[in-house]
Amino acid sequence: MDSRLEKVAHVLQEQAGATWEESRGEVHLFVNRKQIVDVLTFLRDQHEFSLLSAMTAVDYWPQESPRFHLIYQLTSLTQNLSIQLRVALDDGEPRVPSATTVFANANWREREAMDMFGIQFDGHPDPRRILMPTDWVGHPLRKDYPLGYEEPQFTFNFEEIDLRKPYAKE
Amino acid sequence: MTNFQLEEIPVGPYRHLVSERALTGETMLLNMGPQHPSTHGVLRLLLELDGETIINCVPEVGYLHTGIEKNMEAKSYIKAEVMCDRLDYMNPLGNNLAYAMAVEKLVELDVPPRAQALRVILVELQRIASHLVWLGTFGLDLAAMSMFLYCFRERERILDIFELVSGQRMMTTFIRPGGLWRDVPAEFESAVRHILQIMPARVDEYEALLTKNPLLLDRTVHIGILSKETALSYGVTGPMLRASGVEWDLRKKRPYMGYEQYEFNIPTRPEGDTFARYIVRIAEMRESLKIIEQALDKLPIGPVRSANRKFVPPPRSELGTSMESLIHHFKLWTDGFSAPAASVYSAVESPRGELAVYLEGNGGPKPHRVFWRTPSFDNLSVISVITKGHLVADLIAILASVDIVLGDIDR
Repeated sequence: MDSRLEKVAHVLQEQAGATWEESRGEVHLFVNRKQIVDVLTFLRDQHEFSLLSAMTAVDYWPQESPRFHLIYQLTSLTQNLSIQLRVALDDGEPRVPSATTVFANANWREREAMDMFGIQFDGHPDPRRILMPTDWVGHPLRKDYPLGYEEPQFTFNFEEIDLRKPYAKE
Repeated sequence: MTNFQLEEIPVGPYRHLVSERALTGETMLLNMGPQHPSTHGVLRLLLELDGETIINCVPEVGYLHTGIEKNMEAKSYIKAEVMCDRLDYMNPLGNNLAYAMAVEKLVELDVPPRAQALRVILVELQRIASHLVWLGTFGLDLAAMSMFLYCFRERERILDIFELVSGQRMMTTFIRPGGLWRDVPAEFESAVRHILQIMPARVDEYEALLTKNPLLLDRTVHIGILSKETALSYGVTGPMLRASGVEWDLRKKRPYMGYEQYEFNIPTRPEGDTFARYIVRIAEMRESLKIIEQALDKLPIGPVRSANRKFVPPPRSELGTSMESLIHHFKLWTDGFSAPAASVYSAVESPRGELAVYLEGNGGPKPHRVFWRTPSFDNLSVISVITKGHLVADLIAILASVDIVLGDIDR
C-alpha cells in the first residue's frame, strides 16, 4: 500500500472511525454513511482527490445487514493514486446524504443508483429516474428483481398466459 | 400574467430544472430528440430558449438502456463477454480489453507478451476507427459533408483488418480473458503496414480540409469552453479533459498491456473549446499510428493465450487428440470457471476517456456485479454547463465535439 494512502487511511481512521482493507492492490475504505460527504470533501480538498471516477452500488441480497454497498472510486491526478470508499447500507429504506455538492458528476451517478437499486439520496437536486422510464416499477439491478418476466406461451397454455398479460383486451 | 397561462406551459417534471421565466412563458421549451440527426443516437435534449439563446439544457438519457449489467450477472465470465461489445459500439475491442483485464485481475491470470502487443495494436486501430467516425460526424454536423465520406473510406480499411483477424467487422469478442481468441493470420502484418503507410497522408488531408477552414473556425473557436475545474468536477475524462489542459492519459500514467514500452505523446490544449477538442483528437490519431508502428516492429513470437487451462479454453485443434483438453473445454463452456469473492476496479483509456469495469465475484462461476464506468456518461453530463448562453447551432457543434455514444451511456 502506498505510504501516502496509508497516511490518509490513518487520518480517516482516527477522525471518522473508518476501517480499511487492501485487496489486489486496491485500498477499500469503509466509511459510515453519515460521514460520507465530509470524507469526500476532506479527500478532495486536503488530499487532491479531484476526480470521482465512478460511483455505484452492489446488492448483497438475501443478506440484510448490510444489504447494499455504495462504492465511490476517487482518483487523484496529481499524485496518481486511487482510493475506493465503501458505505454499507441496511435493507429497509436505504438513505445516504447526496454528494452532489462535492462532485458535480455525483448527480447523474446517484440518480443511476437510485433508479437501479432504490437507494435514496438526501438533498439530491434532481431525484428522477435516469435510465428506466419514469413510470417504471421496481429497481432492476436489485438481486431480488427477476431478469426476465415474460412466460413462454405454448399451444396448451396460450390462453391462460394471455389472460394474465397487462395489455388491454377487447 | 394570469394563472391560466401558467398551467398551459408543459413544464411538468422539469419545473425545478428550468428558470422562472419558463413558468411565465417568457422563454420557450423546445424538445430536441430522441429522434434527431445531430444527437448521435437516441439522446433527448430539453432546451429552454430565449430567442435562439440557450438558457438551460437538460439531457435525458436511457432510451437505449438494454440492461447489459443485469444480463452479465446471469452469464458465466466467459459468456458474459459478448454483451460488452454492444456497450460502446464504436469501440468493441476496447470494451473487450477492459473486461478481459478486469477478469484477469480478479482471477490473477497472466497474459503472454505477444497477446499484449497484439491487443495494443488492435485497440489503437480501434481508437483510430472511432476517431474517424467522430471526425466524419463532426464534419457532417458542421456542414462539411465530404469529411464523412473520406473518414468512412479509411475506417472501412480498419474494419477489414478486424474482419481478417476475427471474422467480424464490429462485434469481434476477439480479446478474451487470458489473451486472444486466436493468433492473427499471416496477412495481418501487411494489412496493418498498409494502414500505417496511407494514414499519415490521409490525416494531413483531413487537416487541410478543416483545420484552417474559416467556416469551421467560426463555429468552433471559443464555443463551449470547458474549464479545467468544471471538467474535473463533472468527472470528464479522455480527449475532452486533455483539451481543457489536463495531461491525464491512463496509457501513460498507469500503463497496462506494455504501453510503457512505446514512445508517444499526450496531446493537450489549454483552451478547452470545441476547436481544442478537435485538435486533440486529430493529434491522437497520429500518436496511435506511432504506437501501432512500434508495437508491430517488435511484435514478440509466442503463444497468444495463457496456458492456464483452469481459466482459458484449449485450442480447438487439441480437442481431437487430448482427453484432458476435451474435459477442460467441456467444463469451461458448460460451468465456466469460478472466481473468488473479491472485487476489482480496472480502467483503460478508451477513445472517449476512462473506461473502467468494477467486477465483483462471489466464489461462483457468474459475476456478482459488473459495473461499467463508461466515459460518455460523465462527458455528456457536463453539456448542460458548457452550452449555457450559446446558440442552438452551437449546441450541435458542442455535442459533436463531446463524441458521445449512446450505447456507452445507457448500457
